[in-house]
Amino acid sequence: MENNTFNKSALKAAKSLWLSFPIILGTILLVSLIFVLVPVSFYTFVFSKNSFLDSIIGSIMGSISIGTPATSYIFGGEMLTQGVGLISVTAFLVSWVTVGIIQLPAESAILGKKFAIFRNLSAFIFSIPVAIITVLILRIIS
Amino acid sequence: MNFKNKLKKISGGWFFLFCIIFIYIIFLIFNKQIYLDSLSFFNQIILKIIPIFIFVFVLMTLSNYFITPKLIIKHLTEKGLKKWIFAIIGGILSSGPIYIWYPLLADLKSKGLSNGLLVCFLYNRAIKIPLLPLAIAYFNWQYVFVLSFTMIIASIIQGVLLSKVLDKKILQEAK
Repeated sequence: MENNTFNKSALKAAKSLWLSFPIILGTILLVSLIFVLVPVSFYTFVFSKNSFLDSIIGSIMGSISIGTPATSYIFGGEMLTQGVGLISVTAFLVSWVTVGIIQLPAESAILGKKFAIFRNLSAFIFSIPVAIITVLILRIIS
Repeated sequence: MNFKNKLKKISGGWFFLFCIIFIYIIFLIFNKQIYLDSLSFFNQIILKIIPIFIFVFVLMTLSNYFITPKLIIKHLTEKGLKKWIFAIIGGILSSGPIYIWYPLLADLKSKGLSNGLLVCFLYNRAIKIPLLPLAIAYFNWQYVFVLSFTMIIASIIQGVLLSKVLDKKILQEAK
């Protein structure tokens, strides 16, 4: 810390942000485009009535979807009213907020390819047991 | 390899940006409405994240000033739940889109932050305290509480598992 003045630290932070600038900007542009291209009705169309299959579909859909957790709650809540099962909706919500396929290039470039692949793949796999356990706990306590 | 050197190698970031801009140009030519809608959405995100970027910049500066690789490695080799609790709380309290946190996290990683803790932090970003009323409105408080609890446990399991896979090298260096 002795040789590390506050100004140097700020400069280093600014340089790091600048180096990440094209990746971040490109990701925001990509996110904006996909959000416009994928309509809300698409999500309710894809789900069937099979809980297990739906949970996998839910996880896949959530993984490739983008938006804030607020958007996922709205999507998930609407799906539930459309008759989609709670396990699949939960898998959808969890993968939506934990897996980032769209952000994968940025995550891979900045945090490392191996890290990004392992993290996203395991988050995708985890979304299914997390959904099942959540619903099981709810059934037990209610 | 530190973060700076790593980023110098991936000038592919600019290539990625140009590719996306190219796609936008294609939409501008063939479907102007999608182009305009996307650009409008892009503007909304940009306006929303500027203040968060300032916050990230401040955090990065503070981390550069106070957090040294020695300090991180010291905590990395530490035993106990404290570091996990820190990662969980940090993840829950962090705000803004995930990609704006990457530079800060990469910076911490280059200083020796465990991949497991990083994974735990990122997983817990899914739990957003300010958004809980919205989640409760769509589902119910029981569901939100149980889901949040399950996700916190899952974040630790995922972190521990990935730490075993990805952190071997770092831990060997620390020893």
